[in-house]
Amino acid sequence: MKNEAIKDLLFKMADDALIIGHRNSEWTGIGPMLEEDLAFSSMAQDKIGHAQALYNILHDTFGEADANTLAFKREEKNFKCCQFVEQPIGEYDFSIVRQFLFDHAELIRYDMLSQSSFLQLAQLAKKVKGEIKYHVMHADTFVKQLGKGTEESKARMQSSLNYTWHFALGIFEKSELENDLIFENIFDGEEELKNRWLEKVTSIIEASGLKVPATDESKIVYGGRKGFHSEYLKPLLDEMCEVVRSDEVTAEW
Amino acid sequence: MVNNMSEVRSPKLEEIWSALENVKDPEIPVISVDEMGMITVIQLPAAGKHLLTITMTPTFVGCPAIEVIKKSIREEVMNLGFDEVIVKVDFETQWTSNRMKPEAKLKLEKFGLAPPVVLSDNELTLEQLNNVRCPHCHSTDTTLRSAFGSTLCRAIRFCFACKQGFEQFKPV
Repeated sequence: MKNEAIKDLLFKMADDALIIGHRNSEWTGIGPMLEEDLAFSSMAQDKIGHAQALYNILHDTFGEADANTLAFKREEKNFKCCQFVEQPIGEYDFSIVRQFLFDHAELIRYDMLSQSSFLQLAQLAKKVKGEIKYHVMHADTFVKQLGKGTEESKARMQSSLNYTWHFALGIFEKSELENDLIFENIFDGEEELKNRWLEKVTSIIEASGLKVPATDESKIVYGGRKGFHSEYLKPLLDEMCEVVRSDEVTAEW
Repeated sequence: MVNNMSEVRSPKLEEIWSALENVKDPEIPVISVDEMGMITVIQLPAAGKHLLTITMTPTFVGCPAIEVIKKSIREEVMNLGFDEVIVKVDFETQWTSNRMKPEAKLKLEKFGLAPPVVLSDNELTLEQLNNVRCPHCHSTDTTLRSAFGSTLCRAIRFCFACKQGFEQFKPV
């Protein structure tokens, strides 16, 4: 049971990182300015690296397929990412607000996991934490600048926050196996993570002159963790796996 | 008659370290993996066997140079007469820029990359991203332009004194 719970945790973290990494990479070449092009491209590379490291633990420790197979040859319903990361990049305000909400959750998750009793994950978490700090710093800078910018930037940021809020809360969808993780001191659970996240993002949103949207429990976008995805995941996977599928035998990575 | 169990003395640890000096990070070709602080364990073969295991820890988890570095380590060290050299990557020791040796920092600056500042308690703060010395004119009147640059390990800065952009190896 414990192993199933750890695998579930690793899969959802890895799939989140892979899919948000792919979405970030869609800014390559079209960022609103050169620095943002570089930022989203670098964050994409980081995230995909994190996904790979997590898939490697699944492979080495739990006998799952190798990282490339897990990333490129699984069916949509076997992905455990939240629906938030699947959403198209939209306009820049959407992407920066998503990055802000998602990366704060990731930083806190890795911070919690750096104390995990599952040693391999704790070791990786300590390393990843240092990298994600740069992602969070990037997001915070833009949320503050745009939140206190022009009438248009304020309006866009608030409207993106309102739009993304219930998607973001879907990050914390609980697993039925979660109690095993809490009991074994592997991970303190989604509720604890959500509470710490709420406190953190609330302080930054307010310091940026923006309003924290009201939460309506019935509107939170759940499902991803159980394999129910939005209409946007399938086309993303088709595009991401196009090369692998076109050259099954000889492609080397 | 060749005796397979004959005494092929395994090369000394120093020989391995000196071979590792030839292995550079392809993204920063002036610094070796040893100076970078990437090698964490060298496990010498047990008597009579010739299998060497070297463990490395990557500077960034998603660093695309890892496979190339593993391959170069294996090639360099195989030359010392081992039957097999296995290069493992793990995070048992996590790389931070504090692992970089002082001589590596000097070489970085000569190469045109500002070296990372030393992190206290291995924790990054915004303040530590200020006060970085320009590798061209050595002024500290510089500013962070982007925390992300041409590779995962670089940030982009600008020097007000010599009016030039430059890159910094990120403290991490």
